[in-house]
Order: sequence, then structure tokens, then C-alpha cells
Amino acid sequence: MGDTVQVTMNINGTAQSHDVEPRTLLVHYIRDVCGLTGTNIGCDSSSCGACTIHLDGEAVKSCTMLAVQADGHDLTTIEGLAPSAEKLHPMQQAFHECHALQCGYCTPGMVMAAVSLLDEVPNPTERQVRIGLEGNLCRCTGYHNIVKAVLQCAAEGVAK
Amino acid sequence: MIPAAFDYKRAGSADEAIALLGEYGEDAKLLAGGHSLLPLMKYRLASPAVLIDIGRLSDLSYIREDGDVVRIGALTRHRDIEISELLKSQVGLLPEVAGHVGDPQVRHRGTIGGSLAHGDPASDLPSAILALRATLVIKGPNGTREVSSDDFFTGFLETAVGPDELLTEIIVSKTPNATFGFQKFNRRAQDWAIVGCSVIVNNGSCGVGLVNMDSRPVRAAGVESAIAGGASAADGAASAADGCEPPTDLNASVEYRQHLARVLVRRALETAGK
Repeated sequence: MGDTVQVTMNINGTAQSHDVEPRTLLVHYIRDVCGLTGTNIGCDSSSCGACTIHLDGEAVKSCTMLAVQADGHDLTTIEGLAPSAEKLHPMQQAFHECHALQCGYCTPGMVMAAVSLLDEVPNPTERQVRIGLEGNLCRCTGYHNIVKAVLQCAAEGVAK
Repeated sequence: MIPAAFDYKRAGSADEAIALLGEYGEDAKLLAGGHSLLPLMKYRLASPAVLIDIGRLSDLSYIREDGDVVRIGALTRHRDIEISELLKSQVGLLPEVAGHVGDPQVRHRGTIGGSLAHGDPASDLPSAILALRATLVIKGPNGTREVSSDDFFTGFLETAVGPDELLTEIIVSKTPNATFGFQKFNRRAQDWAIVGCSVIVNNGSCGVGLVNMDSRPVRAAGVESAIAGGASAADGAASAADGCEPPTDLNASVEYRQHLARVLVRRALETAGK
């Protein structure tokens, strides 16, 4: 049982292809097989959002997907968001400027969820930001500045 | 948390999925978006020997007008229902409820068919399906059959979908002039409903679906007939918990759930203009 399956996907513009056990969770594939450890594992039960990545441009929780389900898809992780090593993505920049992180553990997932949110709702109200990020928990309870950062990024009009 | 090992089969069509179900029997489970099944597998509450992935059957993902009804493919994601202009204008309750399922990430993956076929008595969409008196299309080795929403949820995590069958479509009547309301009470964002309800009022008739008020999602028939007979929201909602056998757990006692049902149904009726 559990014969390996070959999966091929594009992560941050790089083609990845490996043989995996079918039960391999996508987040483990990203971290342990592809070595992209920016995506964190928090609750491991699709509640906290620390493992949020983009699947074909939309935020998903990579702890609640199998790697085989992502076969053939385009993925972006926090490592692939910034346009270059010298320049942050506007959402990362807004998080930096608004001090929207404390311990930083939720930050990669929070940033990925926030970018996806602005893609769907480019000019959200504060309430829409708070509801839109309900799938992401910050155990430092640093929500105030996170919401501020998302609103600042939206106001700059450079969500994607 | 890692699921127990399983064999992975990817179905290329609904017929292939049904044939695979026939081949592997009760050892097999269908995988759509995976947002009900995978958490259970990670907790090892489910350990299917074979997983049949139907997630790529894009011909089962659609929202289509057909005369007096709207047909929704079982693999349509919550997100697609939430933003559907056709549903917003013709069956407004459904996008309203779909927008409350889980969180945005969950709605990007979870499907209406997966949620309904899972049969969780606390999930949101069954309340709408019951209130709307939807029809569910189930495909098996001997063709398709239609089941009314009243006969679909048969018990705790059990539905009318047989072990070698696949839920393919949900049919809902167009009710462009209906008013509706959805209420869910939970303690934290994205928690399951402690109690939830959907209400639709259309041309004097009324539909009310309750979740987490019994071992399966149920209709509140007493409220429906009271409202159809002209009762106020407060008077109609008084019978919301009648006949229900709600569960007791750390979140709520039986009595508290009965209280919540009456309050939430009243609020949903008021949202619907009653």
C-alpha cells in the first residue's frame, strides 16, 4: 500500500518533480522535499493558517492538501513573493513599516492570505480585512498592526 | 499529523470513479477538495485503504441555469458559489451560506458536493439545502437517481449516497423574490456552528433548516407551518427546537442548544423580513 506517485509542480517559478508517498501533505513536500522552509506548520489542523500558500494564485492551507492534489499546479510560497532579493513585495513592505509582526511565526501565512484577500477585494474596509483574515491566527494577538498593514497596502493599490 | 498510508487512484471521469468504487468497495473513499476528509484522516479517525481523487473532474464544477432551476455541479467550490452572480440573483441564500463556510482558504478548496456527502450534522450548507428543498442527483453503476434533500441526510455522517455512488449535482429552484437569513453561533472565528440555521421565505411559504440540533441536519417543520400561517418571527421561532434531539458537548448542553435554535431562527426570520 502507498506506492509512490510522481508529482510535478511549479513552485515560485521553478519546476519541481519528485516521487512521493500519496499521504505526503503538501506542506511537508514544500518544506522537507523542496527545502522551502518559509512556510510554517502551526496547528496542523487547518485552523491557524501558518501554512498558507497560493495555489494557482489563491490562498490555501498546505497542511490540508496532499502533494498529489497539487500535481500540475502553480504554487507560490512566501519565498516567491518578493520581486527580488533586494526588494520586498508591497505587502511585506507594509508589514515591515506597520510593525505587523511580533514573534513572526504566523507572518508568512498572514502575508500570503493578505495578498490573496486584496486580489479578491482590492479596497477592503477594516471589517472586510478582519473577516478576510479569519483563517489566520496570531498567537501574539498582534492583529491591530496586521490589519493596519493590509489597509496600507490596499491604499497603495499594489496588491499583486 | 500524517494520514495512514493509502493507495491513490485518480479518476478521469465520474464513471471511472464509480467503477473504482465498485472495485475497492468500502475500503475506498472519494477525495474532492479534501477539507472534510483529510482532517479526519490526519487524526486517524478515517483510514481508507484507497483514496479515489475526483478533484480534477472539472465537468462536475458548474453553476448553470436550466428553466426554473439552477444546477450546481458537486465539485463547485464554496468560493465559486459565494461569488456567483447567477446564484446571488436567483437563489441568494446559497451564496450567503457558502460565504460563511470555514475561512477563505477553506472556501478555495472545499466543494459543495464534498461537504454535503460528508453529512456532518454541524456543517453550514446542509441548512440551506434543507430550507431550499433542493434535489440531489446521485450517480451509480446503474445510472442516476434524484433524492430530495429531506431524504438525503440519513444519520450522523451518513447520507443517501451509497458506497458505489457519487453525488454529481445539486438542483435548486429559482426564487428571485425570496427573502432569506442565515445564522450561525460559534465561540471563535471559523469554528463549527454550535447551532446554525437557514431560513427562506417565498410567496408566503417558508423553509427552515437547522444544523447541529440533531444527529443529522433537520428541517424545523413547526416553524415553517407557523410562518406560512401568518405567525410573527417570535411566535414562529418558539417551536424551532421541537422534535429535535440535540447533542450535548463541552460547548453546549441540550437546553442551551434548544435556546439557541429559538433565538437564531427568530433572528434569521427577522433578517428575512418576517
